Amino acid sequence: MEQYRIDPSKGLEFGLYTLGDHLPDPHTGERISAQTRLNEIIELSQLAEQAGLDFFSVGESHQEYFTTQAHSVVLSAIAQATEKIKIASSSTIISTLDPVRVFEDFATVDLISDGRTEIVAGRASRVGNFELLGYPLRDYEELYEEKFELLNLINQQEEVTWQGKHRAPLNQARVIPRPKHGSLPIWRAVGGSPSSAVKAGYAGVPMFMAHLGGPASVFKRTVDAYRDAAKQAGHNPDELPVATAGFFYAAESSQKALQDLYPHINEGMKKTNGQGFPKQNFAQGADPHNVMNIGSPQQIIEKILYQHELYGHQRYIAQMDFGGMPFDKLKRNIDLIGSEILPVIRKYTKQ
Amino acid sequence: MKVVVLSGSIVGSKTRTAMDYTMASLEKQYPEIETTLIDLKDYDIQFSDGRNYLDYPGDTNYVTQTIMEADAIIIGTPIFQASIPATLKNIFDLLPVDAFRDKVVGMLATAGSAKHYLILEQQLKSILGYMKAQIVQSYVFIEEIDFDQKQIVNDDVLARIDRLVEDTIILSETYQQIKQAKEDQYDF
Repeated sequence: MEQYRIDPSKGLEFGLYTLGDHLPDPHTGERISAQTRLNEIIELSQLAEQAGLDFFSVGESHQEYFTTQAHSVVLSAIAQATEKIKIASSSTIISTLDPVRVFEDFATVDLISDGRTEIVAGRASRVGNFELLGYPLRDYEELYEEKFELLNLINQQEEVTWQGKHRAPLNQARVIPRPKHGSLPIWRAVGGSPSSAVKAGYAGVPMFMAHLGGPASVFKRTVDAYRDAAKQAGHNPDELPVATAGFFYAAESSQKALQDLYPHINEGMKKTNGQGFPKQNFAQGADPHNVMNIGSPQQIIEKILYQHELYGHQRYIAQMDFGGMPFDKLKRNIDLIGSEILPVIRKYTKQ
Repeated sequence: MKVVVLSGSIVGSKTRTAMDYTMASLEKQYPEIETTLIDLKDYDIQFSDGRNYLDYPGDTNYVTQTIMEADAIIIGTPIFQASIPATLKNIFDLLPVDAFRDKVVGMLATAGSAKHYLILEQQLKSILGYMKAQIVQSYVFIEEIDFDQKQIVNDDVLARIDRLVEDTIILSETYQQIKQAKEDQYDF
């Protein structure tokens, strides 16, 4: 775990992630400007740090209703605005970027942040980036696998000689600057299905598992598949961190939490994904065994501890700002995390 | 309520003829309902490559979005090689797995032989069920002999289409009420 800068003696890490979505508040129909949204994301990272959270990450999406396409630039601003919190992408769509440039960017952000930067590399669920950035969608999988591998290679060695299909060859290329600690933690983003998780396991890289909803036990299969695959490929699963990421919202009661959150998720998903979130499924999100961390602080503590018991993961990452959630509600949630949730989670998960 | 009438083939005329009558029946029986006819023959639709339907350009985007926005859909299809045509299957492949959640879907088939009667029962219903449709169980099956000069010449067929339209709309209205009653139980 040390290689990934994770210290299990401190307990489960707690972070926030934003996809960088830029959606109207469904209650008012109003949308803040892209500039305001970007500034709020940066401020959110500062508030998260002040509340004692461990991690903050920003996603890359290239379509309507998003605003952090240049996510590494946003992370660079966050690197300056914060001092202690770990920062990362969630995720970087490595398939349609040049791994050399990505590494240069993130190594630079790492130096600016004094060694706090990580990369989560994913494949994109929406694929507007392929046409926009000039890559054929038919190479969706191959582009990801090849570029993810190259990114890891650059991370492991300063001088790289490499040949592949989707990028010009590198001949004793020195990719600089180097990150503060020589290399960066690089995670594979997994959408919750075991078939993608096993690839992370075979490669022996940390897994960042995002999930929408459903029983927590369903995702245990994914975590198990990941660790089994890692073991099979000769890696030690005990040394590979797992992060889980999903919807989070705390309020005085689970009823109030569902009321506050539902319109944001439902309307936001209609716009970004083409389908709303069925109310019936959302109502089940309040169940103690559901993977969505929605409810009162006490209920959320119990859920996260239950998930930790199931997965034995090292980091939980909450998504609370989706769908035009007003900033005052985000502040209130960060307060609740810092004052009520985090202390208990740490107490019961530290080794 | 929004209703889409989908003519699922780019070959031949029988299905389109039946769907034209379906449109006319809808407009006559339910003039207040917003109806859209999509004849796949009129659009240049690409094969599904797995992306989110919102990410397709042009006609593919228009057709998938229009279907996704509908409350009820009446699908008309010919039978080719003892199955639905590839053009119709492609529409299903372009859509999300649960695309028909909360939608009512009625079906109509045109065929050259009565031997194809159970194709919808055995093939189309299973696809629609997988995609979470509320299926109108009775469908209309029309044989070649019922057409002449691009007209339906069998009054019984016309009456069956009228009933399919009625069943689809009534089921859709009722389903919306059921859904509303269910959602009213939640206080969010």
